[in-house]
Amino acid sequence: MPYIEAACATALRKARKQQQLISKRLLREDTQNGEGKAGMEIPTDPLSEQEVLQLLRDTQKGTEERKKSLSCLRQALQHKETQQKFVRLEGSMRVLIGLFTSSLADVQMEAARCLHELSHSSDPAVAEACLPATSYLLTYLSGHSIEFTELCLYTLGNLVVESEAVRKQLLPQGIISALASCIQSPHEAVLEGLGYVLSQLLQAKEASIEIIPLVLDSALPQHMLQLVCSNLELGMGVAVEFAWCLHYIVCSCVNNALLISQGIMSTLVLLLLELASMVSKAVADGLELLICPVLRCLSNLLAEEMEGCNMQVQDERLLVALFTFMQYFLNHHLFIVQECLWLLNNLTADEPFFCSAMLTLDLIPALLQLLPCSRMVALLVLTVLCNIAEKGCAYCQQLHQKAVLSSLISILTLSDAEVAGQCLELLHLLFLHWPEAAADFFTQAGLQALEQHQHHPELQERVRALMNLATQPAAASPCSLVSSAAVPSSLP
Amino acid sequence: MLLLSGLSAAVRAELPLLPAPARAPPQAPFRFSPRRLRCPREHELLEDGDIHRHLYLQDILVSVTQVTEKPKVSEFSCHIAGCCQVFDTLEGYEHHYNTLHRNVCSFCKRSFPSGHLLDIHILEWHDSLFQIMAEKQSMYQCLVQGCVEKFKSSKDRKDHLVTVHLYPSDFRFDRPKKAKSSTKHSKSPLLQNTSMPVDIKTSEQPQVDSMEISPVENMENASQPLSSLISLPPEKHLNRSRIPSTICFGQGATRGFKSMKKKI
Ligand SMILES: [Zn+2]
Ligand SMILES: [Zn+2]
Ligand SMILES: [Zn+2]
Repeated sequence: MPYIEAACATALRKARKQQQLISKRLLREDTQNGEGKAGMEIPTDPLSEQEVLQLLRDTQKGTEERKKSLSCLRQALQHKETQQKFVRLEGSMRVLIGLFTSSLADVQMEAARCLHELSHSSDPAVAEACLPATSYLLTYLSGHSIEFTELCLYTLGNLVVESEAVRKQLLPQGIISALASCIQSPHEAVLEGLGYVLSQLLQAKEASIEIIPLVLDSALPQHMLQLVCSNLELGMGVAVEFAWCLHYIVCSCVNNALLISQGIMSTLVLLLLELASMVSKAVADGLELLICPVLRCLSNLLAEEMEGCNMQVQDERLLVALFTFMQYFLNHHLFIVQECLWLLNNLTADEPFFCSAMLTLDLIPALLQLLPCSRMVALLVLTVLCNIAEKGCAYCQQLHQKAVLSSLISILTLSDAEVAGQCLELLHLLFLHWPEAAADFFTQAGLQALEQHQHHPELQERVRALMNLATQPAAASPCSLVSSAAVPSSLP
Repeated sequence: MLLLSGLSAAVRAELPLLPAPARAPPQAPFRFSPRRLRCPREHELLEDGDIHRHLYLQDILVSVTQVTEKPKVSEFSCHIAGCCQVFDTLEGYEHHYNTLHRNVCSFCKRSFPSGHLLDIHILEWHDSLFQIMAEKQSMYQCLVQGCVEKFKSSKDRKDHLVTVHLYPSDFRFDRPKKAKSSTKHSKSPLLQNTSMPVDIKTSEQPQVDSMEISPVENMENASQPLSSLISLPPEKHLNRSRIPSTICFGQGATRGFKSMKKKI
């Protein structure tokens, strides 16, 4: 399994680079055995045109014959080649739609499964052949049964992501208001399917112009916010889908002010706190799928620098939650660490509140422990430390006390130019605001670590500037210039 | 683990515990100044998380497909008078009930896939004031939920559905009212029954289109079974696998629509 996963991940990475990262879901009831992956076993050889045609004709005969041939057709449509043959047959989609709108429940279900198989095709032509079915798929969202609605939703979600023509048709057909009324369903399975459709729509390349404004204009955002934090104990599927939806909306910056005014930030902060307490109770299986988009939303929303959004997040517990996630996911999902640090950067960049809390909650040692994880992590950790150091001498004094220097010396010796550069920036801030740190640095192995980089074109100027400090006597501490009342004496 | 107690203690402070002097710009050669980062969709920082999300989406087969065996119950038939369908699962019954008996017009017993379509049907077919009002103002509501447009006639509405909403021109749930046949419906209970979905009564009849069909249309359909609409594409297309199916399928579909249009 890890091998398959790694191979898949490589393929997905490549697709992402080409901006073609799409995925589809397949709902397939596995009647033969419950264990194997349904997608892997293809029962028979692909059918010939004649055979497909015969099956279609048989669906027009009596009830029993119809059921049998329809279910054969459904199985046959698991083959890509059969799918292609099917859509090339004139009138085939008409017949399938006829069956799909039948009033016999099992005929309708089986026809819906056929459409679903077609929607899973990786051939855009197959998705486009389903165009005549979309208005019916929308009509049936009002729900004949949970399973049927679910099938319609996943079929729509698959079609939507495959073809722009399908999206271009579904928008005027009213998919947004259909979803907005469907989102009031009380059924988890329906809501998860709906979140899937929406997340697929929102990933479209034209989403920020054509789709997101419509979504923001509807009642969907408020429902989404509500659903993203509901029923976490029961099942996370719904929350995961809607959290990704929110991420796609937020990162395209269409109207984040609206979401902020609806209280998205405080809602998501509370959600993170709840998730952190779940993680700390070790009920964290799969939780990273939800944590990740929530972190992203908060980070990108903070980057909006909007009036009032800082107040919505100003809660020290958020820092504790982030460190809980980072410790828990460090070994298996390093991306969570990266994304937590991104948020930490956006929290500490402008807010002395969070910088101060990092020190008083004694989170610096845990932060330093992350330095060796990866290049990206080291860069982000150093940037967060710079944010704190930049806040002035009281902060630098504290950082110095927390033994930052020895970690910096070792990371400086091991790193590439970019990480080393960030390290130099941090050292400069520390020395500037708290000269005792400079003296300490040079009595430790600091000078040798600096010399290592003195010929690097990117770094040499900064290295020289720092080395000069070693030869000059320490200037009067800038802190002494600040009124002594400003230096807190009662820090823990 | 670290500081978990901190989570439960609701510490909220408005001001930092440490003073922060006014920000100074970086001094060359140093260049750092704090800034909040925005990551657009394609940012490399988001790559690993995105991959994880998509692995989850594609792996979903394992958890979702393992549909638990539906509990079979002993066979029972639909309790609605006149309906004799038999079921062995509750889901099957639920689906049947919602398809045929949930959104049913109490006047003519037609069933509709949604309450919205049923409401429109009742208004247009059975509200005695409707015709009178429709002569004075636009009364035909758009069938698309969320669209508030109204039209003078069902023909205008159909044009709107096709051009604005890109609905198929033969949308099954938009059958225009035929003045004469509708009065017949409301008067003759026998005819009402035959206008019920044909699948139930005469299940052996080749019949695809089942809902919302007047008896006349039924006969038309029966005289030209849909299976005759299916045909193989021209031979030359068969040999080329890469031809976009829209080329041969699209034309076929249009022809199909046209021939249906005439009947309506
Ligand atoms: Zn019944
Ligand atoms: Zn009626
Ligand atoms: Zn309309």
